[in-house]
Amino acid sequence: MTHAPSAGSPSRQRRRTRGSSALRALVRGGPLVPAAILLAVFLIVPIMWAFIGSFTNATLTGVTATQPEWVGTANYERLFADPDFSLSLWLTLVFTLASAVIGQNVLGFAIAYLMTRASRRIAAIVGGVVVLAWVLPEIVAAFIAYAFFSREGTLNQLLGLVGLTGDNWLFIAPMATVILANIWRGTAFSMLIYRAALSEVPPDLMEAAEIDGANGWQRLVRVTLPVLRGTIATNLMLVTLQTLSVFTLIYVMTAGGPGNASATLPVFAYQEAFRFGSIAYGTAIATVMLVIGAVFSLGYIAVLRRAEADR
Amino acid sequence: MTTVRPVVATRLSVSSPARRASRLWASVALSLVAVTFVVPLAWIVLAAFDATATYETRLPDTWTIDNFRAVLTPQTTFIPIMNSVGLASLTASLTVLASLLAAYPLSRYRSRFHKGFMYGVLFGTCLPITAIMVPVYSVFVFLGLLDSFFGTVLFLTASSLPMAIFMTKNFMDAVPVALEEAAWIDGASAMKALGTVVVPLMRPGIAVVFVFVFLQAWGNFFVPFVLLFSPEKQPAATSIYTFFGQFGSIAYGQLAAFSMLYSLPVIVLYVLASRLIGGSFALAGSVKG
Repeated sequence: MTHAPSAGSPSRQRRRTRGSSALRALVRGGPLVPAAILLAVFLIVPIMWAFIGSFTNATLTGVTATQPEWVGTANYERLFADPDFSLSLWLTLVFTLASAVIGQNVLGFAIAYLMTRASRRIAAIVGGVVVLAWVLPEIVAAFIAYAFFSREGTLNQLLGLVGLTGDNWLFIAPMATVILANIWRGTAFSMLIYRAALSEVPPDLMEAAEIDGANGWQRLVRVTLPVLRGTIATNLMLVTLQTLSVFTLIYVMTAGGPGNASATLPVFAYQEAFRFGSIAYGTAIATVMLVIGAVFSLGYIAVLRRAEADR
Repeated sequence: MTTVRPVVATRLSVSSPARRASRLWASVALSLVAVTFVVPLAWIVLAAFDATATYETRLPDTWTIDNFRAVLTPQTTFIPIMNSVGLASLTASLTVLASLLAAYPLSRYRSRFHKGFMYGVLFGTCLPITAIMVPVYSVFVFLGLLDSFFGTVLFLTASSLPMAIFMTKNFMDAVPVALEEAAWIDGASAMKALGTVVVPLMRPGIAVVFVFVFLQAWGNFFVPFVLLFSPEKQPAATSIYTFFGQFGSIAYGQLAAFSMLYSLPVIVLYVLASRLIGGSFALAGSVKG
C-alpha cells in the first residue's frame, strides 16, 4: 500500500468546457467539507495560533489571560537566551537519536531479521510480546516503566541477584531510563515495518547471493540492506516524528526532572505553559517544535515522492 | 552470462548443519529479546493479584482478587471506563464518517486540488500533535470549549483524520470503479453509490480504520489531560493518573488491577484487527510507506 497520493487511482475525468468543469469540481469536492472544516478549526487554527500567540504575553490566569498584548519577539529572545531551552533542545536530540534512530530502528530491524531465520513458533511469540508493549495504553506503559526503574523495582531486584545494589534510576539516570522505556515501548513499530518489508525481498536474490558464496553477514550488508533502503528511510522519518512528540512516557516517569534533566521539548513546553502559567512562552516552544516537525515531515514527503517516481 | 554454474551441487539444503546452527542462534537471541520485553510486564500482572503488592516483581504470597474488587466501583472504574468508551467510540465513528466522505472524491476524481489536499493530509499525519497542545488550549479557551467532552471528541477526531483519510483512501482505491458505474447508470447519485456499493465492499478496511482510531483515542492521555478538568468527565487514561498520584502511599495492587482492566479492551481489539487484515502486520502494514 502506498503512503503517497497515488497518481494511478481510477479517474473519471471527461473534458468539457471550463466553467462547467469548475462547477463540477466544486460539487464533487462537496464530501470533503466535513473533514476540511474539522481539520481547519482544530488543526490549522491552532497552528496559526501558535505562530501568532508566540508574539504575545498570554498567561494561564490573570488579566493577560483574556487580553494578551503584543510583545513582538520578546518570547523568542527569552527562548534563545534561556539555558533551560538549549538543554531541552539537546535532550530532545539525545532522546530521539538514542531511543528512535538507534534503539527502535536497529533493534526493530534486528528482531525482524532474526525472525526470518528463527523457528516460526519462536518468531510468533517474540512478535506478540514486542507488540504487547506497543499496544498498551501509553499511561500504563509509563507506569510499568516507572515501576521497573524505581528503587524497589524489578531492575534493582535483578541487579540484587548478581550482588549489586541499585539506586533510584529515575533520579540518578533519568535520560537513560526514559530512553530505554521508549525503546521497549516503540520497537514494535519498526519491527512490523521491517518484517513486512523483509517478506517482500525477492528470495531468488538471496539464493543468488548464497550461490555466489556470500556468507550471512555479507548477504545482510550487500543485499538485504540496499534493497530495503527506501523502507529504512521511511521508518527513520516516522520513528523520529513519533519520538519527537513523546510526552506521556517522560511526564509520568520523571516529569522532566530532576530539575530539568529529562525535560524534552514537549514536557518543557507543557511545564512552562501550565505549571508556570506562561502560555505565550509555551506557545513559542510549540512553534519551534512545529518547525522541527515540519522540516522532518517535508523530508519524509520528499523521500516518498522519490520512491513513487522510482516505481 | 556464459559460464554455467553448478547450481544444484552447491545449493545448501534446508537442513544443512550451518543453516540449522544459524536457526538455533536466531532462536536463542530472539528468546532473550522476548524475555527482556516480558520482564517489565510481569510486574503488573503479578501485582494485580497480590494483596501486599509493591514495585517488586514477585509471586504473591496470597493470590487474591481483592484489588480488582476494590477498584470495581463506579467512582474508580465504571465512570472513567464509560467515559473512555464514549470518547473513543464517538471519535472513531466521527472520524470514519468524515474520512469515508472525504476519501470518495479523493479516490474517484483526479484534480490538482485533490492532490494538494492529499499532500496536506500526509503532512498532517506527520505533525507532532503534542507540539500544538498549548495553542489548542488557547483556541479552546477562545471557543469556550474547555472542559467540554464533545469539544475533546472533536479535537481527537481532527487529529486522527489525516491518518484515517489516508488509510480510507487506500482501502477505497482497491474497490473497482466498474461496480459504481453500474449504479450510476441505474441513476444513483455519487453519495448513493458510496453508501450502497463502495462501503459494503470495504467493510474490513473501515473496521481497521475504526479500531485504529478507537485505540488511539482510548490510549490518549495528553489530550484529555489538557482539555478536561471535571472529575466526572475524565476518561480512564487521566483518572488512573490521579488515582496514581493522590494516595500518599500508593495502592500498587489496585493500580495494577485497574491498569489491567483498562488495557484489556485494547489487546482484544488489536487481536481482532490483526485477524481482520489477516496477519500480524495489521495496523503498521496499512500505514507503511
